[in-house]
Amino acid sequence: MAEITGSGPAGGVGNVRADYLALVRRRRIYSGLLLVVFVLLFVGGFRIVEDRNAGGLLNGLPQILDYPAGLLSEAWARRDRLPGHIATHFRALLETVNIALVSTLLGSLAGTVLALFSTRGLAPWPRLIPLFRRLSDLFRAVPEIVIALVLIFVLGGGPVPAMIAIAIHTAGAQGKLFSEVNENADLRPVEGLASVGAAWSQRMWLGIFPQVLPNYFSYGLLRLEVNVRASAILGFVGAGGIGYELRNAMTWGPGRFDEAASVFLLLFVTIVVVDQISSSTRAHLTGGRRP
Amino acid sequence: MTSVADFADTPERRRAAADRLFARKRIVAFGIPALVLIYLAYIFVAFDVPGLAERARMDNALILMSDSVRHKVHVTRDNRNGAVSVAIEGERKGTWPAGQGPDWVSLGETTVIDLGRGHLVTYLPDGSVTFAIPDYGTIRAVPGAEGITVDLPPGDVPAWISASDTRLGVTTPEGRLTVTRNRTEVFRYFWGWELFFFTLDSPFHGKGPGELLGLALWQERLDPAVSNVGAMWRGFWYNSMWRHADVAWAMGETVLMAFLGTFGAALVALPLAFVAAGNFAPSRWLRFLVRRLFDFVRGVDGLIWTIVLARAFGPGPMTGALAILVTDSGTFGKLFSEALENVDDKQIEGVRSTGARPVQRYRFGVIPQIAPVLLSQVLYLLESNSRSATVIGAIVGGGIGLMLTQAIQTQKDWEEVAYYIVLIVLMVVLMDWLSGWLRRKLIRGD
Repeated sequence: MAEITGSGPAGGVGNVRADYLALVRRRRIYSGLLLVVFVLLFVGGFRIVEDRNAGGLLNGLPQILDYPAGLLSEAWARRDRLPGHIATHFRALLETVNIALVSTLLGSLAGTVLALFSTRGLAPWPRLIPLFRRLSDLFRAVPEIVIALVLIFVLGGGPVPAMIAIAIHTAGAQGKLFSEVNENADLRPVEGLASVGAAWSQRMWLGIFPQVLPNYFSYGLLRLEVNVRASAILGFVGAGGIGYELRNAMTWGPGRFDEAASVFLLLFVTIVVVDQISSSTRAHLTGGRRP
Repeated sequence: MTSVADFADTPERRRAAADRLFARKRIVAFGIPALVLIYLAYIFVAFDVPGLAERARMDNALILMSDSVRHKVHVTRDNRNGAVSVAIEGERKGTWPAGQGPDWVSLGETTVIDLGRGHLVTYLPDGSVTFAIPDYGTIRAVPGAEGITVDLPPGDVPAWISASDTRLGVTTPEGRLTVTRNRTEVFRYFWGWELFFFTLDSPFHGKGPGELLGLALWQERLDPAVSNVGAMWRGFWYNSMWRHADVAWAMGETVLMAFLGTFGAALVALPLAFVAAGNFAPSRWLRFLVRRLFDFVRGVDGLIWTIVLARAFGPGPMTGALAILVTDSGTFGKLFSEALENVDDKQIEGVRSTGARPVQRYRFGVIPQIAPVLLSQVLYLLESNSRSATVIGAIVGGGIGLMLTQAIQTQKDWEEVAYYIVLIVLMVVLMDWLSGWLRRKLIRGD
């Protein structure tokens, strides 16, 4: 006992220094090892996928601009036809945007319910909270394409399978985000309403929604950006809309490049416009709430 | 929001202002739901939801649901040469060797098929077939060159029997019989995924778990050349019905696409983010240019990149990885540059005061501040990309996405579709868990 207290202050500084340097060294070795493992995985993985690809990376790189250049030059050479092509494919575009909008709307509504049922303090049946949490996890985990492909088999092609598939995924994603918003909501209005005998729906409608709706709306707009892309992709696997036109456009060779270019252009412009509207609305929304 | 007190001083004016506010809120409260309803009504018509009921194939839904959890065994007699074969799902790979079958089929001159609960189908040597159904009677059918002669018990023909000159179909809960001129076929349904572990040609087929464990651990080798465990593994892994090895490859490919795409994008975006961040940018013009590049890459979207890249690199998983890489480098560039703009200058000044060169200032002043934020964003996108990689795989022809679309297109391998769906969901959940675990481990350090 005496020895330890005696030698403590004398060797202390040196010990601390040695300990610190050892710690630094150990951390460096760990980071170095992690880096080596990462590089090995990355390089090894890349070689595997390159091996299993039809064309190699180096062969393809010089050709990367051939297709866009071909599309653009032909579209430019026949630019007078572009308005006509755009008018032809506008219906498909409208369908894609509609799928995204409806699925965002319905998915967010379902997500709202899921979120309320899975937030502590708000859920009408607190025992079922884990159930609703797992349910939204499940909805989120199933990729849209899986639901869409199965539904296409049952319901036939068209916008409805894509709409349902995206709405289910949206419900899961929003269920999680919305319940995080709900957890930050002030419970005092709910208690006040409960004290005057308000039903659960009234407590939510009057006590919670005014607090959380701006956040819900903002997440809804973000989701809309994601869903426009998703609905275009699902069109590609047979759910109609601009994705389907894109799939056809992909197979068109030179001579129809101007039409393909107009399909690409429509999708590009739509995505940019939706992103812009969404981000400026969100900026307005958060800006408006600042004191 | 304008509060009532802002523009009213007397109680009356306050009251009037409050009334106006309430009136406006009421309009909004009813107006927005009304607009939503009108929009939904428009969609109802535009998407032709009423017509959906006609187009929907509920029989397809039933087939899908029952086939994904059940399998059927076909007992087929070729009516031209009289040969009888027993095959699982009617597939060549699931056919019993000639003259053999499960215990409920007794093959021979006369083939008797016991469907259970007294339902007996008999293939007689003269080419005719009888189906004995308790509480109904015996159906007799004779396929001939001109058509099928059917003898039914007296009385009305029930709905579960369809008989014509060319085809007889009998559907009971125990099994189904169809007779055409060329073939007589019985289907019996069983629960579960048949041949999931071993195909019929494997010596381990039809053995229970206890028996297999015994074979694996202490019993003698069935094949002297390989150990039982080795043979079992090979039988399972190269199972020709379920193709476990191919499926594992496909899953690996999908995860690889997500991994390479996400981390590749992060590696590309990191240096560019320094150029795009206001407090690090070497020049304003360069910053403007790089920011617009990020916007462009994000705006063009993964789908278009996938198509453009597929044209250059051909179909395959590398194209998918590159498509994820290109799209996400735009996303990461934006996120990273925002993180960089929020770094605390004090730490950098502290490092500078010790005489550090610019590279050292970045290494010790900036990276430790942003690394947790960046890593968390990368891991978050890794998880969501494992889902995208499934879809992109379906488009570029790689990974589990391709196997899933192919299995769905055959419209009969629903048990395989169900298997792939389970695997995909497991993969997504696992990646979600892994990314969350890594985030906690690397960022909080516990």
